[in-house]
This record gives sequence, C-alpha cells and structure tokens, in this order.
Amino acid sequence: MTYLNQVFAMAGKDLRSELRTKEALNASLSFAVVILLLFSFVVDPDSEMLEQMSGGLLWMVFAFSGTLILNRGFARELPNDCLDALIASPIPGSALFLGKAMANFVLIAIIEAICFPVFGILYNLTWTTQLPVLMGVSALATWAMATLGTMFGALTVNMQLRELMLPMLIYPMLIPALMAAMQLTTLLIAGQPIDAEHIIWLRVLVAFDIIFTALAAVLVETVLVG
Amino acid sequence: MTALQAQGVWKYYGDFAALQQVGFAFAAGSCVALLGRNGAGKTTLLRILAGLSQASEGGVEILGGNPRQAAVRSRIGIIGHGIGVYDELSAEENLLTFARLYGVSDAAQAVDHWLERTDLARVRRGMAREFSRGMRQRLAIARAFIHRPRFLILDEPFTSLDDRAIALLQGLLRDALADGATVVLSTHQLKEALELASHVLLLNRGKLAFTGERTAEMLANPGWVYQHYGEAA
Amino acid sequence: MRDKIIFGAGIFAALYFIRNLYVILLQLPDEAMQGAVYRIFFFHLPPYFAAVFCFLGAAIASGMYLKTKRWHYDVFAVSATEVGLALAAINLVTGMIWGRQQWGIWWTWDARLTSALITWLIYLGYLMLREGIKDPSERAKNSAVLSIFAFFAVYFTYKANEWYRTQHPGPVLTIRTGKNTIDPAMQAMLFHNLFAFLLLTVVLVAVRMRLEDSQRAVESLRRRAHAVA
Repeated sequence: MTYLNQVFAMAGKDLRSELRTKEALNASLSFAVVILLLFSFVVDPDSEMLEQMSGGLLWMVFAFSGTLILNRGFARELPNDCLDALIASPIPGSALFLGKAMANFVLIAIIEAICFPVFGILYNLTWTTQLPVLMGVSALATWAMATLGTMFGALTVNMQLRELMLPMLIYPMLIPALMAAMQLTTLLIAGQPIDAEHIIWLRVLVAFDIIFTALAAVLVETVLVG
Repeated sequence: MTALQAQGVWKYYGDFAALQQVGFAFAAGSCVALLGRNGAGKTTLLRILAGLSQASEGGVEILGGNPRQAAVRSRIGIIGHGIGVYDELSAEENLLTFARLYGVSDAAQAVDHWLERTDLARVRRGMAREFSRGMRQRLAIARAFIHRPRFLILDEPFTSLDDRAIALLQGLLRDALADGATVVLSTHQLKEALELASHVLLLNRGKLAFTGERTAEMLANPGWVYQHYGEAA
Repeated sequence: MRDKIIFGAGIFAALYFIRNLYVILLQLPDEAMQGAVYRIFFFHLPPYFAAVFCFLGAAIASGMYLKTKRWHYDVFAVSATEVGLALAAINLVTGMIWGRQQWGIWWTWDARLTSALITWLIYLGYLMLREGIKDPSERAKNSAVLSIFAFFAVYFTYKANEWYRTQHPGPVLTIRTGKNTIDPAMQAMLFHNLFAFLLLTVVLVAVRMRLEDSQRAVESLRRRAHAVA
C-alpha cells in the first residue's frame, strides 16, 4: 500500500509540475506537428503510399517529440537539489522509477492523443476503425519509450550533454519496440484486425515492456545511489 | 542506545580516498557538530549517513540499521546544500508530496501543522518560485521535519539561512534534541554549532582527527579544536 | 611477466594468421558457387563470434562490477567493449565487401545486417556515455548498467529481426567444393581462423586493459598533484 502510494505521489508530483508549466509539453507538441507537416513534402499526401507509411510516420513523430518529454523527466529534479531530497526519502528506487515512468507515459500519451486526429485530418485518413486495439498497441509502445527513457534519464542526469545523449542511447535500443508499433499501427489504421501473421509483433511489444521494466526496476537503485 | 555508528568507513572517488577508515559511535540524543575544512570529507560523510551514497568499505548504522533501508530512511530528516523543494509546486503541494513519500499517516494535518509552524500558512497556495529567499528556506525546514524525524542530518544549515530561519531551525533542533532525537550537522559557523552540540567530530583530509564531547573551552574559544587537532597541530 | 605472456601470445597469433592466410590463399580451392570471394568468409564469421564473446564478457564483468565495485571489472568491461566494437566493424566491412561482390550491393536492410548495425550503435553509445562522465566511480557504475541493458537490447534486436524475411545466407555454412556437403578442409579452416581471432581478441583485450591501467595511474597522479598544489 505504502509502495503504491509512493509511486502515485511521485507520478502525481511530476504530472502536476509539468501540466502547470507545460514547458516540455508545448515544445514537444509543436515539434510533433512540425514533423507531421514536413512529411507532406516527403510523400504525396493524397497517395495510397501514405496509408502504407502511416505507422512509420506516426511513431517517428512520437519517438522524436517524446524525447523532449523524456529529457525533462530527471532534469526536473536538478534545481534545488531535489533529487537528493527524493533519494533520501524512504521511497524505494523502483517506486521512484515507476512513478516517473508513469508520468512520462501520460505526457507522451497526451502528445499521441493530439497527433492521431491531427494526422487523420491533415491526410484525410480514417484512422479510428480499430480504435480500441490501436490504443492498446500505442499504450504498449509508449510504455516501452517511457521505461527506457526514464531509466536512461537517470543514467545521464549528471551529464552536461544529457539532452543529446538520451536520444543517442535510447533510439537504437528502442528499435524492436518501434518496429513492432509501426507494423501494427499501419495495419490498424488500414482498418484491419491483428491477424495471426502480425500477432508476433504484439508479442514483441509485450516482451519488450516486461523485460526492460523489470531490468530497470532492479538496476535503478544502483544508478541513483552513488 | 547507540543512534549513530560508523565502522572503518572508506569512500573512494576513482582511486581518491575521500574518507579513510572513519569510525565513531554516538548515543541517541547526541548533537554532533561535524567540523573540518573544505574538502575534508564532511559532505561525503553526511551523504553516506543520509543514504545518498554508499561507503566503499565499512558501513554505517543509523537507529540500528543501514540507511538504505526504507524503514531507517523514513526516520531521517535532511537539509542539504540545496533546499530540496520544487519551484513549480505550491508550499502545500511540496509538503504534501514529501509527506506521502515519507508515508506520514495523517498527511493533510501534518502539512497544516508545519505550514503554521514555519509561518507559511498565509501563502500555502503560493508557488515556491515566487517566495522570498527566507520563505523558501523555511519551506525547506518544514520539508525536512514533516515526518517527525528521529535523526537529523544537516549540511551547512546556517550558511545560507537568514536570521529568522536560523532562529526557527535552532528552536526546532533544541526541541528535537529534548525529545531524544539525534542530530548531525556540519558547519563553518562554529559559534552557533558549538552552542547546540553535545559532541564534536573533526575530519582532516578524509581522516578522523578528533572525536569527543564538546567541552567548555570549545565554547569559550570556538577555534580550540582546530588549534589542538587541526592540520597545524 | 604478464607483459611477456601478452607479447608471446601476440607473436603466436600473428604467426597463426600467417599460416592461415597461406592455407586460405594458396591451398584451398575456390568455392563451387561463389568462386574466390568466399575466402572473405574466414574473416567475416570468426570476428563476429569473437565480438559476441567480448560483449558477453563485458556484460558479465559489468554485473560483477556492480556487485563488488572492484575496479578491475570496469577495466575489463571497457577493454572488451572497445575490442568488440573493432571486431564487429571488421564483421560489417567484410560482409559489405562480400555483398557487393555477390549481390551487387554494398548494403541491404536485411535483418541480420540491420541487427549488426544496431548492435554497433548501441555499443558506440556505451563509449560515448563513458566519455561524458568525469567522476570515475560514477562512470564505472553508469556504464556498467548501460552494458547490461545493451546486452539485453542486442539479444532482443536479434530475436525481433529473426521474424523479418531475411536475405542473409542462413546460419548454415554454405562452403562447398561441388557436392552438397561442407568441404571438410574449408570447415577446418573456419575453426582455425576462429581460434586465431579469439587469440587475437584475448591479446588485444589484455593490451587494452594494460593501457587502461596506465591511463588511470596517470589520472590518479594528476589528481594527487592537484591536491598538493
């Protein structure tokens, strides 16, 4: 009980301060919209091709704009030495990690919730046919980004170049999850259900989330306590 | 009862030994003034006590356990170099967050109490960012005391505080000590610290140079311990 | 003594490579399907295995470092990772040369190639992280955690990529002299060169560790000099 309470206290604190200042959200959202616009110059917006690329395009947008959110995660703790106050408090490292990952998850999900309709409008696509499944897939892939992003945020928090290092480190590692999300999203936007051929990608996402969440929860305490 | 114990503590940064074979023990209710020049290892030692860092060799025990145990940390209060409160949260939200992290049973009531006690009740909904320096410091003090710690770790507490906050903190520390809590504080303000202290611990280049009770001659001459056990001696 | 052993092993590895080259270039016949270019395979697969050993060793040493905080594990982890990166680069480059000759293209986004490139980038990130952290203890600790993550990520990348249709010749060795079986002389050569590469790897890691030790000794002297001054 105490554990969950601590997790939610942590997540609530992060969400409240971000929603109040909206520093990362605004930057991330405008960045996402700009990439969405730029993409109309890459492929003919009216072509069939666009639908076939939709999953790839969207997850590129989320991966890039999500980094702006992930970068803020631990950077928020730097002013006033708040990180020390947190680590000295009785919250276990794994609870701290889960709380922060949850906050990052919600913030990236907000960006996605705005980008999907914007994408649909700009490119005249009906993307809602498989909405519940699409939301499930997005949630799994967003959690993958949130876990790795939070963990590597902790690893790089004391570095001068952390804003460059974080994407450099997490993008290559995220590739399996992003690849799965891209495949599934394209399929779902086209209105098709996840068939036997594609179920494997769902398994990739689930396995990715489980393995890296567990690994991060075990190792984060070592990273935080010097 | 021993509230604080360190045995053969070494701390390396790379191969630089910031602490070398430091050991001591203090009973519950002690107020230990941790003295030493810049770079003597005071902050390193306090970080290990607070569970922010781990000893390379040896170990410390606070209130009978390792500070990396959550149960032990929930009884420790710290004030470090930074104030440790969030600028974009209000005074109330800051205290509530930490009350929940510390598992304080009646969080709302504790927050009310400490806002009163630190004279911040009037501005409870104000953002910490908008506070004056003194108000921020008082908020930091409330943050450190909200869970009624039985063990306090303070790193240079008087250095950055204004007079009002110093008076507040001194009052709180006296109350806590009277209540049987244990205090470790590092400081350059020898006079203020020695008045409170029951014991003195001097570090010199990472080694324990002196440990013992605070005597009357130290009060009369705050530089006494440096003159007798410091580098020059 | 240690230096002499390293030196001796290095000489031995060099002689072994010369011997292998002699056999590969002058004694073994051309392969039935690929002709002469198949010989690059002896310098393609062995470094790959050696690199996998390096990364595995680095991950284990990193775990040991986190457990014991013994300096030596960190020294081993960074040395093994660097050597592993070099070997993985040899694997990539020889593969590209072979692909150019056989498929007519330098690069294709086939599963195994992509995984190999991702692996390379992940471990490059490890070295970049090390560059960016000044405090040696923090550097050792954080890069150890990264190394463990990297190994899992690489494993996962390979697993995920396996489900993609692949253009790469399968893990089954395709070196034949005519009939449908693997030529025993060629297969033996593969193991000879694998052994040579593993020996080279051990020597390189040992040399790199020696270098790292000296580098740290210099750093420590410099810090001490600053402390005095």
